[in-house]
Amino acid sequence: MADAFWIILVGALAASACGVIGCFLVLRRQAMMGDAISHGVLPGIVIAFVMTGSRNIAPMFLAAGAMGLLTAFLTDVLARRGRLQSDAAMGVTFTWLFAVGVILVTRYADAVDLDVECVLYGEILFTPFNRFEWGGFDLGPKAVWTTGAALAANAVFLTLGYPKLKLCTFDPGLAAALGVRVALWHYLLMAFTSMTTVACFESVGAVLVVAMLIAPANTAYLLTDRLSIMLAIAAVVGVISAVSGYLLAYQLDGAIAAGMTVTSGALFALAALFSPRHGVVTRAWRRVRVKTPG
Amino acid sequence: MDSSVAAPPVEVHDLTVAYHHRPALWDIDLAFPAGKLIAIVGPNGAGKSTLIKAIMGLTPLASGYVRIFGQPPERARNAAAYVPQRESVDWDFPTNALDVVLMGRYGQLPLFARPRRRDREIAMQCLEKVGMADYARRQISQLSGGQQQRVFLARALAQQTRLYLMDEPFAGVDAATEQAIVTLLRDLRGQGCTVIVVHHDLQSVPEYFDWALLLNLRAVAFGPVEEAFSPENLQNAYGGRLNLLSDVHERLRRAEWSSRHGDG
Repeated sequence: MADAFWIILVGALAASACGVIGCFLVLRRQAMMGDAISHGVLPGIVIAFVMTGSRNIAPMFLAAGAMGLLTAFLTDVLARRGRLQSDAAMGVTFTWLFAVGVILVTRYADAVDLDVECVLYGEILFTPFNRFEWGGFDLGPKAVWTTGAALAANAVFLTLGYPKLKLCTFDPGLAAALGVRVALWHYLLMAFTSMTTVACFESVGAVLVVAMLIAPANTAYLLTDRLSIMLAIAAVVGVISAVSGYLLAYQLDGAIAAGMTVTSGALFALAALFSPRHGVVTRAWRRVRVKTPG
Repeated sequence: MDSSVAAPPVEVHDLTVAYHHRPALWDIDLAFPAGKLIAIVGPNGAGKSTLIKAIMGLTPLASGYVRIFGQPPERARNAAAYVPQRESVDWDFPTNALDVVLMGRYGQLPLFARPRRRDREIAMQCLEKVGMADYARRQISQLSGGQQQRVFLARALAQQTRLYLMDEPFAGVDAATEQAIVTLLRDLRGQGCTVIVVHHDLQSVPEYFDWALLLNLRAVAFGPVEEAFSPENLQNAYGGRLNLLSDVHERLRRAEWSSRHGDG
């Protein structure tokens, strides 16, 4: 039972950390940037592994963070200088970086305790066994600390930067006219997205982390008309997805991270159908009520 | 300080802007006078929006320079208020009218600071000035096009500056909003502010504006409306689009005739 608690906690922390930062990606129409970054960081993770020979967190964050920024930067440069559509630029950049990462993983498979399976799907099931020890004390699973740190870092960044991020997201033209450094905030957001991706990557994998960045944020978007509330809802939806996803996977004896992704998708579908203002069913119901008198 | 007060609100010197090696503006050299309502008119692709963006320092210049009250744009951030085209933002963004107006105050905020009660009061007053106080808490996607435009104008007012640059504020608005904007422009002029407006409706230029800039890559004509807004200059700015122009001539003649005979 304790194992289940740790797994759910890691899933909830990861989904919340991704959810809040994902809100800004979704609103900036850069949802797929999360996809690009989560794949683009792979070479950084492997290089850090090979160089330090361990799953030491600090070098991994630095190397992967640098790769995430490189992904965002190359996408930007290709789109602007190379005159590509931004989605095309993104597609070229991140698949290439990911492929380089896969080559590195397979090449250094012996030296690195990391395989393609883990990279793609994560290993949240093993969360409870990978402990964080400090000064001889067992401080709980390592993944709790990394995903928790990601959530805390995002909370601090989004709280302090809230006005500027909101302005840059809604109206970058006005932001620039007011002297706000739009590019700086863009890359800060990309850096925190990279950091979040790396922190959650071990648990949920490179593919499902994308769902966690986008699905709770989209669900929240449908449920409120206020940005601050949207951030809170995204975090809560992340937690609900983690708990219900674990239960689903437990019932079906399936992969846990995938279960969490499926429930986050189901929650989004519910919001799309029944959201008070934007829901498909709600709006149809409202039209029926308008037509029938009384 | 004296020099900046005496300096014209906007000076543009030898300005050339190019996109992908094609000029969007060519050798513009102007000084905009203080306390006037100034229209920028010209055909599509003439560089009207580009000129506004160049003045605000939002687009790279191929050559030349801009001065706002004698300062380069990046050092005059809080001296000029910018009203972008309404379509330039996503109106489904989860926020309300008051929040959008508050964004006009963000230029004055220190790093990491949030708007204070004073900023909210100013934002609310600005919404009142454009007749939108009742809609302060309304989600912005639920406002009409004209109401959205008024929110944008209120946001510019919240910057509390003496220079306003507006990109097509009259585009796609209802008659009530058009009148509200005209009243607002005249109030601003009454306070000694300078307002530069990209305008697409030639017919209303003589009625709404004091000065006009006729633009088509180059500055075709610039001066008080009576002088600059002549049929010859319009012909030069718009080239061969005679249908449109003869229509304007006709209306201009009628306007002159009725003003001369005093029966408007």
